[in-house]
Amino acid sequence: MIRECSLAVFAKRDCPTCQLVEPVMHALAAREQGFRVYSQDDPGFPSEVKGVVDDRELEQSFRHNIETVPTLIRFENGREVARTEGWDVKKWRKITGVADLGKDLPEFRPGCGSKSVEPGVAEHLLVKYGDAGIRSRKIEFGDYDDPVELCFERGWSDGLPVVPPTDVRVLRMLRGTTHRPDEVVGRIPPNLAECTVEKVALNAVMAGCKPEYLPVVLAAVEAALEPVFTLHGLLATTYFSGPIIIVNGPVAKRIGMNCGINALGQGNRANATIGRALQLIVRNVGGGRPGEADRATLGGPGKYTFCFAEDESDPAWEPLSVARGFPRGASTVTLFQGEGVQGFVDQKSRTPADLARSLAMGLNATGHPKIVQTQRAILVLSPEHYAIFRDAGWDRQRIEREVNAATVRPGKDLVAGAHGVGEGIPAARANEAVPKFYEDGLMIVRAGGPAGLFSAILPGWLAGRNRMELQPVTKEIKP
Amino acid sequence: MTSMQWMRDPTAETSPLKRPRHAPPKSLEGLTVGLFDIGKTRTSEFLDQVELRLHERKIETRRLGKPTNSKVATPEILQKVADEADVVLIALSD
Repeated sequence: MIRECSLAVFAKRDCPTCQLVEPVMHALAAREQGFRVYSQDDPGFPSEVKGVVDDRELEQSFRHNIETVPTLIRFENGREVARTEGWDVKKWRKITGVADLGKDLPEFRPGCGSKSVEPGVAEHLLVKYGDAGIRSRKIEFGDYDDPVELCFERGWSDGLPVVPPTDVRVLRMLRGTTHRPDEVVGRIPPNLAECTVEKVALNAVMAGCKPEYLPVVLAAVEAALEPVFTLHGLLATTYFSGPIIIVNGPVAKRIGMNCGINALGQGNRANATIGRALQLIVRNVGGGRPGEADRATLGGPGKYTFCFAEDESDPAWEPLSVARGFPRGASTVTLFQGEGVQGFVDQKSRTPADLARSLAMGLNATGHPKIVQTQRAILVLSPEHYAIFRDAGWDRQRIEREVNAATVRPGKDLVAGAHGVGEGIPAARANEAVPKFYEDGLMIVRAGGPAGLFSAILPGWLAGRNRMELQPVTKEIKP
Repeated sequence: MTSMQWMRDPTAETSPLKRPRHAPPKSLEGLTVGLFDIGKTRTSEFLDQVELRLHERKIETRRLGKPTNSKVATPEILQKVADEADVVLIALSD
């Protein structure tokens, strides 16, 4: 604020109250040499007033924290000593010292929102005139550079274009959480590099997330860093697996996630970008890149992104989060070490027992039909398959129990060499009855469109020497 | 006319320190060879054979390892390797 300014009004033409007080501004301009009007949208408003300052760039409005127009401010020696917002005749008279100011006007009119606090503007002004508080290194580029291409060149992309993490975008993203940007979320393998909320936000921007997705991404990172999730091994493995994220609770609907038609496919921004953000964090913060620490023989498309929500529309169904110990109404992420979709078709089974046996046949094929008890799996039960169980009164626990029981096969069929196939379990187990999974190795999630007697099997990572070594992890999503 | 803009670095902003590998010894004579099992199935069978061959050549060995291939070696395991072996063979076998 220039020192010779003693009295200032911040105003815009596009405000009925500012127009109402135009005669007042004329009167003040005539009386007080140090009177200035900072006009946010039209330097010709108010007309014929000396001392109108063009503030269309909103710098002075930003520097004076203007939230409402008109705002009247009294300065003494360059320092603010009094302020009022809107039109309040008593307050204006007190601040200006003009006893009959605005005598023909109503006593009170509320103001309008300042242009400096309009949606999307505040972050630009903070970056331009203030301290955005972002501490990550600046990567400069000129008008003729393509920042998307620069991201590719720097190795920050998973192969698809990323959204360049500019300050404005990062600031908007950080508004999605109550956590401070400098809070440390954990250390990301393989480099065990410290990851702050700011780095999570940067990568969420690049993945294409909206700010309201950020709490989900943060919870996913937190879950991935639980030692029992074994993120280092998962990103480094020669196997197909990557992190699969399942979202439960009200947040899924709030941010528009898909649990219906094509739930495991493309087309939904939240599903697509939350899973991608986690993988970009592994890549960019942790340094887990294919051909380096990531040694996948073939990999799979799920390693770009794999995130979906559970369909909780049937009150009879116990959501995955509740089955895993969280109260109904809590929003959670569950992370699973899994690979892409193994389709399962059964259009003829009509009883729950038939369908359980049928599903077990599909599940027994994960990895290899003769490999058992080294892998978990998710069964994504479609509405039409679920209806067969629901109509017979089978709940989550019953389905899991019956399907698990139906996977049991004679060990003699599974031992190495049986049926002319070298792969298999040790010969010593030939007389055992062998289930495919450990007893908690099967997780059921409901999702999918209304038509189609298809379900999906998401096979787990073929790793771990015992049931406890690798486990899915569920975390509550907090703001 | 161009103006300078910027974006932010999404990486951990660390510069990995690449240290040169130790030169391999000219001979294993008098050295202790660590046989490190990364935890994969049947690795021990492979290392048993290697150990036999080394013993035939009167070379001392130490069996080392980590419990599972799915998790990285802890600092304690790495220190034990450094303490007990002069050279290390890291092996896996499915």
